[in-house]
Amino acid sequence: MELALFLSVGAIAILGAVGVVTLRNAVHSALSLITNMVALAVLFLMLNAQFVAIVQIIVYAGAVMVLFLFVIMLLGEKAQESRERLPGQRVFAIALGALLLAEIIYVAQPNLLPGLPGKATTDMVAQGGNVQLVGRLLLSDYVFPFELTSVLLLVAIVGAVVLAKRKL
Amino acid sequence: MVPVSYYLILSGILFTIGTVGILVRRNALVIFMSIEVMLNAVNLTFLAAGRYLNSLDGQVIVLLVLTVAAAEVAVGLALIVAIFRSRGTTDVDEVNLLKW
Repeated sequence: MELALFLSVGAIAILGAVGVVTLRNAVHSALSLITNMVALAVLFLMLNAQFVAIVQIIVYAGAVMVLFLFVIMLLGEKAQESRERLPGQRVFAIALGALLLAEIIYVAQPNLLPGLPGKATTDMVAQGGNVQLVGRLLLSDYVFPFELTSVLLLVAIVGAVVLAKRKL
Repeated sequence: MVPVSYYLILSGILFTIGTVGILVRRNALVIFMSIEVMLNAVNLTFLAAGRYLNSLDGQVIVLLVLTVAAAEVAVGLALIVAIFRSRGTTDVDEVNLLKW
């Protein structure tokens, strides 16, 4: 049952990703990217990451994709693709991609993860609550990276405003 | 429970599709979306490994990756808009002022 769900959702995620790459129209690419992200959110739920799944839908499928669609609409029809300049670019790209995939599948064995199992078993997470435990970890062990993200977001805001403004 | 290697292979497939998208497409916006596909594939790896090792650290790192991705999208899209204003195109083959 779980395997069937994994296979079908995984197939939807792969189809969405293929759609991003192959569809001609940028709006269609953006829509299939949303499909891919929602399918990944379902996979995150299956991996006991409820908080991350919801954040994925709100931040990615919501905010980020709305931003993408705004820019696509803003730039309009002129954002078309030229013809291929480098001969055989597509063939080379697919060959290199196949090589990369073969390498990844070769190393994707369970003994790739040699670490000791931690304390956060399914029962323990169900008892403590996923959001509470992640929040506690974020504000204790990971408090320095968490504070750094605020600086990062501030820099991103300033950068976006400076770049998008016509004249300072 | 689904074996962890299935998740790793799925995220490998998604990562490869994103890489091929970056190599094949020439519209800067679609290249950006391919980068998002790759970031999501890496997030799936983190969560699968965290679930397999009974650890919540993977989920925290995914949250940090999400933040970085959001910042990257904001700055990157502003860059694309600025390039479109000055060059009139988002085709990465046309933006070759730095080419020797």
